[in-house]
Amino acid sequence: MSTANKEIGPPVIELGAMGWLRKNLFSNWYNSLLTVFGLYLLYILIPPLVNWIFLDANFVGSTRDDCTNEGACWIFIQQNIKLIFYGLYPTEELWRINFVYLILLISGVYLLIPNLKYKGWVGAFLLIIFPIICVVMLSGGLGLEAVETRLWGGLFLTLVIAGVGIVLSLPIGVMLALGRRSKLPVVSILCTIFIEIWRGVPLITVLFMASNMFPLFMPEGVNFDKLIRALIGVMFFSAAYLAEVVRGGLQAMPKGQYEASQAVGLTYWRMMALVILPQSLKMVIPAIIGSFIAIFKDTTLVLVIGLFDFLGIIQFVGTNPDWLGFSHEGYVFAAAVFWVFCYAMSWYSQRLEKKLDTGR
Amino acid sequence: METDKSKIGSFLFNRSVQGVFYQLITLGLVALGIYYIVTNTARNMLERGLASGFHFLGVESQFDIGMTLIEYSPTSTYFDSFIVGLLNTLLVAGIGILFATIIGFTVGIMRLSSNWLIAKIAEAYVEILRNIPLLLQIFFWYFAVLRALPKPKQSLELYDSFFLNNRGLFIPDTVFGEGSSIIFYLLWLTIIISIGIFIWAKRRQNSTGERFPAFYVSTALILGTFFISLAATGFPVSFEYPELKGFNFKGGVKLIPELVALTFALAMYTASFIAEVVRGGIMAVSKGQTEAAKSVGLKQNLILRLIIIPQALRVIVPPLTNQYLNLTKNSSLAAAIAYPDLVLVFAGTALMQTGQAIEIIGMVMGVYLFLSLFTSLIMNLFNRFMKVDGER
Repeated sequence: MSTANKEIGPPVIELGAMGWLRKNLFSNWYNSLLTVFGLYLLYILIPPLVNWIFLDANFVGSTRDDCTNEGACWIFIQQNIKLIFYGLYPTEELWRINFVYLILLISGVYLLIPNLKYKGWVGAFLLIIFPIICVVMLSGGLGLEAVETRLWGGLFLTLVIAGVGIVLSLPIGVMLALGRRSKLPVVSILCTIFIEIWRGVPLITVLFMASNMFPLFMPEGVNFDKLIRALIGVMFFSAAYLAEVVRGGLQAMPKGQYEASQAVGLTYWRMMALVILPQSLKMVIPAIIGSFIAIFKDTTLVLVIGLFDFLGIIQFVGTNPDWLGFSHEGYVFAAAVFWVFCYAMSWYSQRLEKKLDTGR
Repeated sequence: METDKSKIGSFLFNRSVQGVFYQLITLGLVALGIYYIVTNTARNMLERGLASGFHFLGVESQFDIGMTLIEYSPTSTYFDSFIVGLLNTLLVAGIGILFATIIGFTVGIMRLSSNWLIAKIAEAYVEILRNIPLLLQIFFWYFAVLRALPKPKQSLELYDSFFLNNRGLFIPDTVFGEGSSIIFYLLWLTIIISIGIFIWAKRRQNSTGERFPAFYVSTALILGTFFISLAATGFPVSFEYPELKGFNFKGGVKLIPELVALTFALAMYTASFIAEVVRGGIMAVSKGQTEAAKSVGLKQNLILRLIIIPQALRVIVPPLTNQYLNLTKNSSLAAAIAYPDLVLVFAGTALMQTGQAIEIIGMVMGVYLFLSLFTSLIMNLFNRFMKVDGER
């Protein structure tokens, strides 16, 4: 063998696991250094976390004394699960909440399965009849015992606030966006002022306003309960954000669409409902779902005006003398639940975006 | 008759006439709504014996505030408490923005790393942090982390000058002795001169094509003047280190745990959004730009400085300012852990004591509204300034 051949050496592996490692983790000296650093970071973070959450955790028992292992004490969550999920809602009436969840789940799954008939009808049912069912089932009436809203709480209250906020703010947001883009100066200026005021202030001041100022605005004898006041605040707040998202979609519409629909003689409302909005809303679906996620996370703020939402109730059970010192478990559990909801929404939005992409 | 009818018809169906008509209706409805609310409010306030007007601002507040940047005592006025709250809000927003920017840019660039592991770690950071409510994160840092820290005697320490315990974070204080004001004046002067140098260098390059090393010259100028003046005045700046005396630390600057937790949570949370903004901005610069720059023979650092960063910044800056604004507004969550910010001090304590909900909430909302509108004004100016000729 000649020396010249020896020096060339074998070619660098570019295929298989080794090739992948070399290309993505050890392509040069500082990448290798970064990889080692990253591995070290994972090493100091992941094992203790896994140990605390799963391996060393306590799952069986009924009091804090059963938490003998070093890890998390999930018995704390188990024992308070009813409070955390339903608040102080009377135990014998819980089936009403579960019934509403069940309807929502069935129709939701139905809508998610592709290629089924009557989806429009199910959607209309969800938007028009379902809210009425919710009000009757949850707060009472028609022979059902009334349950005051001060007993509502936990994840259930979070879902109510987020749900009402999301469902009502979308139509208001669309109207505000149309108003802001209107050619009539008075309408456009009023909508702009409305949107900018709500967007310019933090939600917490809106909630303070809702709880302190709304009662002053109402005529004598009219008294909303705290939950409705908070709902109105959340609704307007998120409507203003959605309005800007929708306006983005309206602005992105090519002018030809407006001109073409006017040329075939559509009135303003028909043009918007049949041509412009369906297309522009489709364009901004990811941003709309982004706003929904923001609303969902923001519902936690209602605890500052004394409503016990999911996070509020977890704070509250943590102050129970029997269960002092388990705040870590509470926060980790709350974080996990919120994360699952938000991540599911953002995952769905990405999927929808791909599906609706007609390749313009 | 018939012509009259069609005249009326064409009048009624005229677009601009209809427009005026609709606007009058809208205006009327809004005015009616406002009138309704105002009369209700006036009557309600009369019945409850609530005062109105801003006279209360000059009255003694009679409450103390845990952390103040200016002189404040219970004998100070409500207006003073407003200022204290405002300054505390601006303080937490300022520190939060600084750290959020640093973390956000780091994570955003990490996400674009060619190193798979680093990119995944950054992605995990973003996906975890931005999908958990901020309030929960604030609670976590405050109740679960800072409150669980050891007592002052067993503080966590760094270089014997930074101490972290359940009373807060203690850091060294800078003490400015006599003559240090001259240094500051000189510092400002050199900064202004440097800006002048930059403008001049740019103009010269535009007209003659010759480059002037404005960055190195101005850095040298600022640092040189700073150290020379420091030496000339005999180093009037010194550090005071916190020391453990008895049960607590004396000296240095004390950052209360509420401030630390709030800043930490705000910075980490907002950083996850900034990271996405940065990533989007850099990805928006098309690959052709880098290739073209390489083909005309620019060096790697010049490609970054002259081609990629300016174009990425045009995309990054508007949403970035938006995030800064969000952070400032989110700092109002301070109320939940009792950090004395504008909302807690003024819309909380002062409102409870005076009962003047409309004035107080109006003032608080006004402050945030001003910050928002001011920022969007700056942003519009920035966009006009950065607009490339011929672009829509």
